Amino acid sequence: MSDLVSKNLNMLFGDTVHALKDVSFTLKKGELLTVLGPSGCGKTTLLNIIAGFLNPTSGTISLDEKEINGPGVERGMVFQQGALFEWLTVSQNVDFGLRMRKENPQKSKKLVDEWLEIVGLQGFGDTPTYQLSGGMQQRVALARCLINNPDLILMDEPLGALDALTREKMQSLVLKIWKETGKTIVLITHSVEEALLLGERLFVMAPRPGRIHKEYTLPFASMGLQKDLRSIKNNKKFVTTREEILTMIWDMEEEIMGKEN
Amino acid sequence: MLTGFITILLLIAFLSAILYDRLVVKNRKIDAVFGNPERANGGYHWVLAGSCSILLLWLYFSWDIARSYYPQSANELCQVAKVRESVLGINYIFPIDQRTLKSTDFIERETKKINLLKIEINNADLNIKDKTQLLSFLTKSQLMIVALSDEKNLKKETQSKIDLVAEKLSSLTLRFQSDNFPEEKSTEEKEKRKKLLENQTDWGATGMEIPPYPVTKRGEKFESASIEMNVIVEEFFQIKNDHKKFIDLSLNLKNELKEFKNKLTESQTLEKDYLRKISKISGRISRSNIFPSKSLDSVERAVKEFDETQKVEQGNLRVIDTFLFPAGTIVASGETCSEQGAGRWLPKPTDTLRIFLDLLKPSVGYKNFPMLWYQFIGFNEVIDFIVPDWIADLLPGEYPVHSSNGEIEPNFKKHALNIVSGEFDSFKIPVPSGHIWDSFLRVFLGLSLGVIAGVPLGLFMGLSRFAKGYFDPVIELYRPVPPLAWAPLIITVFGIDNSGKVFLLFMVSFAIMIVSARAGASGTQLSKIHAAHSLGASKWQILRQVIFPNSLPEILTGIRVSIGVCWGTLVAAEFLAGTTGIGFVENVARKYMQYEHIWITIFVMGMLGLLFDLAMRWVIARTIPWRGKG
Repeated sequence: MSDLVSKNLNMLFGDTVHALKDVSFTLKKGELLTVLGPSGCGKTTLLNIIAGFLNPTSGTISLDEKEINGPGVERGMVFQQGALFEWLTVSQNVDFGLRMRKENPQKSKKLVDEWLEIVGLQGFGDTPTYQLSGGMQQRVALARCLINNPDLILMDEPLGALDALTREKMQSLVLKIWKETGKTIVLITHSVEEALLLGERLFVMAPRPGRIHKEYTLPFASMGLQKDLRSIKNNKKFVTTREEILTMIWDMEEEIMGKEN
Repeated sequence: MLTGFITILLLIAFLSAILYDRLVVKNRKIDAVFGNPERANGGYHWVLAGSCSILLLWLYFSWDIARSYYPQSANELCQVAKVRESVLGINYIFPIDQRTLKSTDFIERETKKINLLKIEINNADLNIKDKTQLLSFLTKSQLMIVALSDEKNLKKETQSKIDLVAEKLSSLTLRFQSDNFPEEKSTEEKEKRKKLLENQTDWGATGMEIPPYPVTKRGEKFESASIEMNVIVEEFFQIKNDHKKFIDLSLNLKNELKEFKNKLTESQTLEKDYLRKISKISGRISRSNIFPSKSLDSVERAVKEFDETQKVEQGNLRVIDTFLFPAGTIVASGETCSEQGAGRWLPKPTDTLRIFLDLLKPSVGYKNFPMLWYQFIGFNEVIDFIVPDWIADLLPGEYPVHSSNGEIEPNFKKHALNIVSGEFDSFKIPVPSGHIWDSFLRVFLGLSLGVIAGVPLGLFMGLSRFAKGYFDPVIELYRPVPPLAWAPLIITVFGIDNSGKVFLLFMVSFAIMIVSARAGASGTQLSKIHAAHSLGASKWQILRQVIFPNSLPEILTGIRVSIGVCWGTLVAAEFLAGTTGIGFVENVARKYMQYEHIWITIFVMGMLGLLFDLAMRWVIARTIPWRGKG
């Protein structure tokens, strides 16, 4: 049972900003959760708390029945801009975690080669990362995170800065990795389509205070494992769910604007 | 000779660079639009043209071109200057260098003063009698001017003296033009002159001196003319316009003034004041030596004629003077001549190079110390300098004590002490030394210490609230003070030798390194640190593997800035005190007005600064190629 269990999480910045309010959920091992919501709804705060970069004001969160208290290797994270180390080459970036834990270099090298092949970067090991394109940089970031064999993978808008074509390829890659490794994944996104395509479960969050507004359980991720992603986008149920969520978010945005005026 | 050849080469190189550029423009396939930075790339031929024009300007304005093509011109111009100097006094009287006759000018000025004084006295609070008396003195002074200006009063004898001078001048002019002008000298004089010429060096061979004795026919001509002219001018200034009427008037007025002065009482200060002013004016007129305006015509004509003639006789010298002696000329003062203008403070490249090569010889150097050489130093001295003595104290055991029979048994600890304090015989190793090396070493040591201490502290300050707050006051307090303001204090405390200067430079680079390392550390992207955390790196690993490399661009830029500032501070500190170093050399050269040495030190400093910067650029390109691309 390596579940991610959150109980009544509350996060306050100062006295006024209520970033998260009473967030409770349970994520089973191997589930892929996507989190969607307008800006300022506390998505990134939730992710940072799971990663251990922030301590919640109240409430508890635990992975594998161990309370999360600070960052750890069992929770790997992929950032929006990759957050690669420019002064290192691709393979040095990928085996960063292994080096930090002083693993056997020969074993690491084999692992690095394996992972570079999985993410489709074979032959790029000695390239400096600043020479890579945005999509390739994200592949490196994925490999760097996965080589540590974490129980839980956290992704903070990992595909947000990519162009449409690259994005689609990367979405397939994420699904492929999810299937092959069976990892638990929490993925934050702006894009409704992406959230529907990738999410086995989907949280739509609402702002002020940040909370889980609605929860869906979706079939598209499993479908995406077999079928072409583009054909899923024309699926009738996909279209209606998308419209529903879009309306929901639109209403939320309008509510905020109304409050401000 | 060589200089002349080089000048032509430089000119050819300069012109061909310009022609080559025309060719490049013509053949350019992709004509980048204006504003495209591509247009600034390449252009090495312009580097050549720029270097050539600097060298040409230097050659030209230091009068080195003149010296290489016309080595005798300075000597000849010196003789011309002597002539010019000899007629200077007489020229001053006539409207040659001035607008009006000197006498006319004088009369105009004094009449104005008399009239002003008359008005003042008229309005003054004086009794009528004194007033009339004072005014009459002024009228009499004016009468003196009239008496002097009147041709009828001029003595026949005086006029004939004037005409005689004019005649002598004309005769000199006439003889000056002839080819055999300086008449054959006596053998005795010839011998004397020969000896003088033998001892005379060439132009510039003894610093900036000009050989004063003529070596050419033309020079001799001008020198002889100047000697004769001096005699005639002397004679002219002996002539006085002292006819009887003027002398009577003058004496009369003097007596009357004296009489009036004696009659005045203590309390009549106003009268005394006016009397003093009138005495001054009348005195000036008595001494003025004014001649009737027409009486000097003959001399004026003769002087002008001579001036025209000497200009013609100069021939191509005038052209050389105008074009090859820019921004100044050669000026005579009695027997000697000197360069005045650009040629004086701008040393000739040839001389500079010769002196530079001379200085580089280890046996010559500057102030008994070579510029850049090596010396042999015992290896034990090096060990003593590098390894601190207290290391021996840390070893286990005790130092030996003397035994009852007064012998000392050296033990392990004693041997260790001997080694660290350099008390052993050893081979000698070559070590660089010299002014340039000393300056370089000071910068290098000060900078290294600053980097070693400043970078860790700066990183610490960028990461810790405690460090930032605690160290900020002391650093921000001393950092804005100009380093030179610290110099007097630090040199007093640490001594004028290396330690004071190294410490000063350490202070400079330390502050800069702290600021740049701090900026680098606090500029690290949070996501990178988060990533390192979730990849399982420890605090130390994050500092070493993420924050430090991420701060490298700032740190290296800081080092580059430090080098520049350290270099400037060092030279100024060496100016203040010390016995070696490039700044020291310049300071001493300044005291002795050795312009060549000053230019050499400037050049050496520029070159060393450039080398430092090139080295840093190389290091930056090697270590942080990702900068600006992340």
